[in-house]
Amino acid sequence: MLKNIVLFLLIFAIFGVTAANAPTFASGYNLDIMARWTGLYGIMAIGAAFVIIAGGIDLSMGSMVALVGVQFGILINDQNMDPYLAMVIVLVGAMLIGLGYGLLITKLKLQPFVVTLCGLLVLRSLARFLAQDNKISNFVRPEGGTDIAYLTNWHVPYLGIPLPLVMLAVIAIVSSLVLNKTTFGRYLKALGNNEQAARFSGINTDWITISAYMICALMAGISAILFAIDLNSVGPNEAGTFYELYAIAAAVLGGCSLRGGTGSILGVVLGTAILRELYQAIETLEFSELEGTVIGVVILVGVIADEIIRRVVDARRRKREANASSEIAASG
Amino acid sequence: MNPAPVPFLEVDQVSKRFPGVKALSEVSLQVGVGESIAVIGENGAGKSTLMKILAGIQQPDRGTIRIDGKPVEVRSVTDAQRLGIALIHQELNLCDNLSVGANIYLGREPRKFGWIDQAAVNANSRKYLQQVGLDIDPRKPLAELSIGQQQLVEIAKALSCNARLLIMDEPTSSLSAREVERLFGVIQSLRADGVSIVYISHRLSEVHRVCDRVVALRDGQNSGGLSREEISHDNMVRLMVGRELDQFYAHQSQTPGEVVLQAKSLRTHAHPGHEISFQLKAGEIVGLAGLVGAGRTELFETLFGVHPPIGGTVEVAGKPVSIRSPRDAIRHEVFLVPEDRKAQGLVLPMDVGQNTSLPGLHRLSFLSWIDHGKEQRLIDEMIERMHVKTPNSRQIIQYLSGGNQQKVVIAKWLAMHPKVLLLDEPTRGIDVGAKHEIYELMEELARHGVAILFVSSEMEEILGMADRVLVMHEGALAGELTRDQLSEESVMNLATGQKLTAV
Repeated sequence: MLKNIVLFLLIFAIFGVTAANAPTFASGYNLDIMARWTGLYGIMAIGAAFVIIAGGIDLSMGSMVALVGVQFGILINDQNMDPYLAMVIVLVGAMLIGLGYGLLITKLKLQPFVVTLCGLLVLRSLARFLAQDNKISNFVRPEGGTDIAYLTNWHVPYLGIPLPLVMLAVIAIVSSLVLNKTTFGRYLKALGNNEQAARFSGINTDWITISAYMICALMAGISAILFAIDLNSVGPNEAGTFYELYAIAAAVLGGCSLRGGTGSILGVVLGTAILRELYQAIETLEFSELEGTVIGVVILVGVIADEIIRRVVDARRRKREANASSEIAASG
Repeated sequence: MNPAPVPFLEVDQVSKRFPGVKALSEVSLQVGVGESIAVIGENGAGKSTLMKILAGIQQPDRGTIRIDGKPVEVRSVTDAQRLGIALIHQELNLCDNLSVGANIYLGREPRKFGWIDQAAVNANSRKYLQQVGLDIDPRKPLAELSIGQQQLVEIAKALSCNARLLIMDEPTSSLSAREVERLFGVIQSLRADGVSIVYISHRLSEVHRVCDRVVALRDGQNSGGLSREEISHDNMVRLMVGRELDQFYAHQSQTPGEVVLQAKSLRTHAHPGHEISFQLKAGEIVGLAGLVGAGRTELFETLFGVHPPIGGTVEVAGKPVSIRSPRDAIRHEVFLVPEDRKAQGLVLPMDVGQNTSLPGLHRLSFLSWIDHGKEQRLIDEMIERMHVKTPNSRQIIQYLSGGNQQKVVIAKWLAMHPKVLLLDEPTRGIDVGAKHEIYELMEELARHGVAILFVSSEMEEILGMADRVLVMHEGALAGELTRDQLSEESVMNLATGQKLTAV
């Protein structure tokens, strides 16, 4: 909880500092971009969080964004398919890929890193193959045909909140409930911490792991569609490059441990917001060469602070317990 | 044996406290030059803490350690090495993938121009290997050696650091009878060279053979000592347990009910060449004895579906069942309290409550939605029933003592109404009080018709708690002993592969 408060304050601090140096940062236009893209990236980061909490990793999310986007564009442009039907088809396709990962990881006991690394290579090249290395554009048609542009550019009246951010909020709330209030969430955390103990408690660990990869693929697919719509163009070579790393970074900044078992959805959302805000701030202040340095250092500092705090809390707890138990011993 | 006027090692009133446990309280002991003493005590009596302090792995809170009469501080393993103290762990600390010589000199490689001086490694290693009676090429990969030989390599390694005191923690637990003899021979010759031995073993007959003196610990305190002439099984047990055995193990046999678990020609993945058949009746407490590696845990893991059987059948309550995963076993109300509670029994970073409710959570939920009120009521009930000492159910379980952790592992299954309970080393590493509570719980469950099969390496526990005992040897069921056939000797005979002598 404390961590989330700190992250929250950090969002305001970065905003204040940047806006003071570059007033355009606080413009409505800029805020809208940040809000929209936080929504898009955040959905992906939540997907990454499910897999990370289960003790796994998905390195193929960026390639997934490219493949899903390309397929989506092709289905609309070349097959003249209804965009909503196209969405359903590409999302089912994405989840099947997640299912494949899950089966390889649970049934063949392959390492998630290796499986999804291969996925990263394969999905990207499939995207290039399907698109014949060409950009697919203009599948969002405001004039004539089914208009789906509203999915990223509609805003809540009066409040001006862009739809992708609303979608993120809904997905975050549902995910948070799933994680904290359902057996699925409890089992996911248990198996992320100790797969063996979870299995020995009768949990169907294979199925839970597979589900996590499917959820992750679904989230990557949803954000892929929204990215495609927002840009009205998908380049099979550029789309989604490094997005898996942003998603993992946001999850880690938000408190997920790559050892599995821990993580809060609110933290992941705040982590994404900070990363997007930093990115935008760097662009506005015009030193984009150092973007990687700034973001890398911020994540590193975050993780170091986290570790230090954890140790301090741990030491205090041990001390308190030593005292408490000696009292129990004295009274018993 | 002429004990030197100044003992090599003196431990003077050493105390050590851990969160939740007072592990050692003013423990003292002395070891003379070339002397061999046994430190005995039940699990949780403080033996391993004391040894870790001597080996520099842990630091005492109070007390003094003297070597050759001079007070010393053993702050690290390096300190201990410098002082000539070496600990031979129960689990060997060697690297399978390296050669024997490389293992002996790991971290202390002799160097020549910055490169490892391979010739020196081999020549010196050979010398120390010979000292422990091993005539092997130091260039041989360690993985090609038997466990007994690897143990001797570990001793050679200690000697190469000029060790003057060897602490051996259960050195024979995975050795064959011949390897044990060889080890004893090595111990004798080392003592003749002036090396002192601290010997820790549960096998009291070995203590009698190897040691000059016995120091007993109980509940973290000295509970007495025995001179060479006084060493006897009964005396040792009296010092360890502190009361007569029949008081400690309040076992009362029940009239057994129906057969609830029957294994017919069961073959486990670990020992597919042996067929195991036995039955278990409601209300029975049956011990499963055998040496380490005899296949007891593997049998449990097969019954619980961790490794599905290679062949044979299992019947629960008269009906053949297919158990291919722990979920299957749990569905048939066959539950396992595993040997390694931290790795297999508990999710350490989760709290006491969440661990307790884990296997039965689906029964406390509707459409996957957890009924937190119901869950909490179950948790509170179990904490109270099992006397789990915890500030509250939100306590992270890794901060509880071993005994309380084990109670939670058992509580997980109690809430699910077991038909068959498999307990693998149920009292390993827990204090005497918690041990007693677990015995009482086993009794209570048996009274309510639960069939209990338990694995134990502690002879006293097997003798004290079981209605009958199944003994395993090298993957096969070597025999079965009824309560009136039970003795340390009859169990050990079967466990070491000898035929049961006429009773």
